Amino acid sequence: MWTIIHKMGSPPWFFRISGVLVRWLLPITVMLLVCGALWGLLVAPPDFRQGNSYRIIYIHVPSAVVALAGYYVMAFAGAVSLIWRIKMADVTMRAAAPVGAVLTAIALVTGAIWGKPTWGTWWVWDARITSMLILLFLYLGVVALFEAYENKTAAARACAVLSLVGTVNIPIIYKSVDWWYSLHQPASIKFTGESAIDASMLYPLLLMIVAFYCLFAVAVLLNMRAELTWQHREAGWLRQIVSGA
Amino acid sequence: MYFESLAAAWYMDGHGFYVWLAYALTAIPLCFMVWLPLKRMRQHWRWIQAEQRRQAAATATEAGI
Repeated sequence: MWTIIHKMGSPPWFFRISGVLVRWLLPITVMLLVCGALWGLLVAPPDFRQGNSYRIIYIHVPSAVVALAGYYVMAFAGAVSLIWRIKMADVTMRAAAPVGAVLTAIALVTGAIWGKPTWGTWWVWDARITSMLILLFLYLGVVALFEAYENKTAAARACAVLSLVGTVNIPIIYKSVDWWYSLHQPASIKFTGESAIDASMLYPLLLMIVAFYCLFAVAVLLNMRAELTWQHREAGWLRQIVSGA
Repeated sequence: MYFESLAAAWYMDGHGFYVWLAYALTAIPLCFMVWLPLKRMRQHWRWIQAEQRRQAAATATEAGI
């Protein structure tokens, strides 16, 4: 276990492994996304109450789910970077922030577009939507905070603290539809008990959730690789890879 | 396919505008999310290559070649 953690902290090892991983994961992700989107858009039946507008669910729910899970990844990396001062954890945290911000923004925008034909409005200050907006600001806050500091060690520490404090928001988002019953519908998929969604609609949704998780992983890995090539531009191991390619 | 024709899939009983707009506004940022770090990495890669050429040229001059 410790050897794996130790290896993960080693940039040359990570660079090699992530390169192989991305080369496989990127085409798989694109394939999953295309299949899931076509399935959801063209094959799945329409909802009996919402008609075809519900098809937005196949991007809205996956992006929101992964935006929440991604926050835990970022906060966990922030904690590791704070406690053990591992540089790779700091790189992971900063790589996850813009990806999470994009996914949160997608969840908000697709939610607004879905809201128009369903609720008759683009936006309401509903508990779920407002807490998602706070999530977007937390992600953007981490990105902006890092840029604001001259001293990058202090910047990484401040970002880690902000991301840890922000974790309070995640259970609030998750539970908001049950605590404040308003326009946003409660969860249709449950880990325990039966889901309130038919299999013909559920399978493409699960496929898209898997696809978005893969996409999150690919985007974070690519961000980390881009950051590492800059941080280690003077290092011998990287120069060897570059001249060997 | 659920729809009878591509035109029906495009129109989606009046919801087509919302559905396709949502998918378009998702696809565009997702493409950027993958393309931007790739572009950044390529720039760093080129910077390192240029630096290597500079250093090689410098050692060559020092050696009096």
